Amino acid sequence: MDWGFPESASTFGAQIDAAYGAIFYATALAFVIVQGLLIYCIIRYRHRTGRKAKPIHGNTRLEIIWTVVPALGVFYIAYVSASVWLDMKSEDRIPAGAYEVGVHASQFEWTVTNPGMDGRLGSDDDFVTRNQLHIPMGQPVRVLLTAEDVIHSFFLPNFRVKQDAVPGMQIAVWFEPTTAGEYPLGCAELCGLGHYRMRGTVTVHSPDEFDAWQVSEGAVAADIAETNTVASR
Amino acid sequence: MSQQEAVVVYPRHPMPGLGVYNLKAGMWIFLLSEVMFFTGLIGAYIILRFAQPDAFPEPGVLLNVQLTAFNTFVLICSSVTMVKAFAAVQNGDQRGLRLWLLATVFLGTFFLSIQAIEYYLLGSHGFLPTIAGYAAEAGGPLYGMTFYTLTGFHGAHVSIGVLALIFTSVKAFRGGYTPEQLGGVEIMGLYWHFVDLVWIILFTIVYLI
Amino acid sequence: MSTVAPTPNYSDLFHDPSHEDHRSFVQKYIFSTDHKIIGIQFLFMSLLFLLIGGLLAMLIRWQLGWPGEPMPGGAALGETRMPGGIMLPEFYNSVMTMHGTIMIFFAVMPLLVGVYANFLIPLQIGAPDMAFPKLNMASFWIAVPAGVLMVAGFFVAGGHAAAGWTSYAPLSTNPEFTGVFTGQVLWTLSLIILGFSSLAGSVNYITTIVNMRAPGMTWFRLPLPTWALFITSILILLAIPVLTGALILLLFDQTLGTGFFNAEVGGQPLLWQHLFWYFGHPEVYILILPAFGFVSEIIANGARKPVFGYHAMVGAIASIAILGWIVWGHHMFQSGMNPMLGAGFMATTMVIAVPTAIKVFNWIATLWEGDLHFHSPMLYSLAFVSMFVIGGFSGIFLASTPVDIPLHDTYFVVAHIHYVLFGGSLFAIFAALTYWFPKMFGRLMNEGLNKVHFYLSFIFFNLVFFPMHELGNRGMMRRIYDYTQYGFLDGLVDINRLISLSAFALFAAQLIFAWNFIWSLFKGKKSGSNPWRANSLEWSVPSPAPHGNFTFMPTVYRGPYEYSSVESDEDYLPQDVPPAKPPVPEPEMTLA
Repeated sequence: MDWGFPESASTFGAQIDAAYGAIFYATALAFVIVQGLLIYCIIRYRHRTGRKAKPIHGNTRLEIIWTVVPALGVFYIAYVSASVWLDMKSEDRIPAGAYEVGVHASQFEWTVTNPGMDGRLGSDDDFVTRNQLHIPMGQPVRVLLTAEDVIHSFFLPNFRVKQDAVPGMQIAVWFEPTTAGEYPLGCAELCGLGHYRMRGTVTVHSPDEFDAWQVSEGAVAADIAETNTVASR
Repeated sequence: MSQQEAVVVYPRHPMPGLGVYNLKAGMWIFLLSEVMFFTGLIGAYIILRFAQPDAFPEPGVLLNVQLTAFNTFVLICSSVTMVKAFAAVQNGDQRGLRLWLLATVFLGTFFLSIQAIEYYLLGSHGFLPTIAGYAAEAGGPLYGMTFYTLTGFHGAHVSIGVLALIFTSVKAFRGGYTPEQLGGVEIMGLYWHFVDLVWIILFTIVYLI
Repeated sequence: MSTVAPTPNYSDLFHDPSHEDHRSFVQKYIFSTDHKIIGIQFLFMSLLFLLIGGLLAMLIRWQLGWPGEPMPGGAALGETRMPGGIMLPEFYNSVMTMHGTIMIFFAVMPLLVGVYANFLIPLQIGAPDMAFPKLNMASFWIAVPAGVLMVAGFFVAGGHAAAGWTSYAPLSTNPEFTGVFTGQVLWTLSLIILGFSSLAGSVNYITTIVNMRAPGMTWFRLPLPTWALFITSILILLAIPVLTGALILLLFDQTLGTGFFNAEVGGQPLLWQHLFWYFGHPEVYILILPAFGFVSEIIANGARKPVFGYHAMVGAIASIAILGWIVWGHHMFQSGMNPMLGAGFMATTMVIAVPTAIKVFNWIATLWEGDLHFHSPMLYSLAFVSMFVIGGFSGIFLASTPVDIPLHDTYFVVAHIHYVLFGGSLFAIFAALTYWFPKMFGRLMNEGLNKVHFYLSFIFFNLVFFPMHELGNRGMMRRIYDYTQYGFLDGLVDINRLISLSAFALFAAQLIFAWNFIWSLFKGKKSGSNPWRANSLEWSVPSPAPHGNFTFMPTVYRGPYEYSSVESDEDYLPQDVPPAKPPVPEPEMTLA
């Protein structure tokens, strides 16, 4: 089942959707038991002339059962969740050789610093795109997230990625796109007037296409940079 | 009368509570809340300082530790005079109560005056609670804002305490407290000792560490 | 230093029917020190705020159901808010912020605590009044200016606070980021002032419960509402000062030019979140624990059975209150907090599900083999159990850190909080209002209208909030002015419209309750002292309870839930009725 989630386009999708499903079935079972008992009691023990309630004060064995069983259930959920969670968020578990890109959030746009052909941020062939994140398919992507003014939240529904961008912090986020295509990028943390329109696009290219894009886009960006330098002289 | 007593076969007193009268229990409970207030502020200070150790110069570079140590001594003395005041009212010594209360008012005011002078001297060197106008040699502006906030909130508590002490003294001069009616003096003392204790903690973490 | 505590002598405070009440109108009803009047004052004030909060919700639902379309009559709100009836994003942000703030701080919290802690505690423990009646009066009159400031924000230039009820810094500290200055400052000031009101109240409630219980009222004979309010008061006592401290730092950042939360000078935006949620998670339990108490009381009454596992119920409330202090990080899973810390917070959060499950099963066991009477308070309470369970389950999804990644800050969270706070707390408030209405005003509310209100609310509540889970799954962010800006959310207009229409119906259903409430004040059936045939002490005095509550200090012989006891021919046995065969007289108890 897809639970209504947007179509998955990253390796996280299956993991998170599976965790969601496990919790869904567990809680659905508990839901049926609890609400069923409630409805049963409401019908079975409704007032009728002559009925007298039994003055029961409690039952220790029952109390222990319904303490221990939910405890085991939630501990299991927590245990399973923890390792998946650390795989996704722990900076030291980001796979080596990830494609690295900088995303800077400000009111109300996403400024993406692309590493260029050399694949390194901070080198000469870096170039900037606005509200456009281009990434290669089948390779882990490491996003270095920063914020200019207020807290924003980098939200990629299809990749099951969400991470706040906090002023004064640089936070690394990673994911691995599995399907080429265009996907939405949104801001999930209230960041002011234009919060609702702080959106962008993520484009996942096949590796060949991605190289071509880097070359052409890099050239355009270099052109613009040159024009700007000339103009400012 | 005897008929009524015959009916009453069950205890007629309320349940034993904390074993202290309401006013004192209320003050203790209120002080728990104060503990959380200062814990929040001190916690914020620690978090900010750990993240930006460079913004906080070594103690003694900017702050006059000797002066404040003396001021700490003054405040501790005022706790002693407060204890004396309470002991006096317990023994029915009205004159002692008034004298020791006045002594506490004086020491509290003295403490506040020294703090005001300290603020003035620091401020004139550009050590300010705000970012604007903050002198570069005073460390980062975080230092100033946390310093004034922590010591300022303590100072506000002392000021409220001094006002309450003046109120208590006026009542004492009118003979408002007796060995049977001394709740007002006792809760005044509790508050005053608490404020003193907070200062010892603040002095340690702001001036010494 | 040891002073012997003077033996309390409250006898002059108890109500003596042979004396005339000489207090003037102002002393009786306005600047009253009577805990019952103060409770009723809080009741009227918070019901007014509940109405305001509800109206704000309607505005939100209009914009989300018909994004960018003119609202009929909306133009009356003015050019700066809804020009031509079309809501501006800045106004939307204010409305959404104030809906949350008003509902949490000025409606649900005072309804649960301000109203019922004041009204119930002395009556249920057999005391003539609170420990500090004047402080109690102050706690109400401090809350009034806080409320006035909060409403005033709507009318200042720049509009009201627009940074969400959580007021995350630095959005809330710098007017450049929101375009709001005065409103944001008023918001902060108002909550600081309200904190003093809550503090005065909780010192009073705790002292009263600890020190003023009637003879025989041991800790484990306390009715569960009093237990819940006692533990809630402790949470308020310890949590509110943290918020006050954080708000003061925020106020300094807003007005004095400090930078505690300003990253440019080394301050930390996350510090605000930690301080806020360190208060905020206990606050969540402040908003639900009293509801647990009311519902336990009413379910036992409706089922004519003792509460199942009374001690476990008390233990569960206490452990939720304690655990509530170590889970605040689960609001910040995606905030950039260390992921190891997140895993720890997930574990503690999951643990809280255990005492919660205990409570739910105990409520159901209380119904088991009972003799269920479905009076309207009982209906609201049963709905509470059912709805709260759903809120609890959606909480498990959000507590699981990986599943929280897509759901965080979406409508799934909005659905969750409303299942807990509306389906939970507010239904419990309706239960409590209808149940204790006769003790407050001497009249019963109209049962038929209550049932109409109940069924309509139950149906439309679920129609409003259940589909929001789906919105969240699809990725619709919360606090969003116009989701149609996103292509992938464009298809959600239909669901949103269904939700909005249901929300309008839900609001209309509340007007039935409002009408019933006002009508019953004047025209309701006279109730007599014990209309629900209940056990606790408040039902042993006339309705409305007189000044001083009890004619003489009552004596308590048993716990509050001796329904259908073999000792009695009736199906209830009040706490203050002496046993048929009196035990050997105990020696007089003394203090300490």
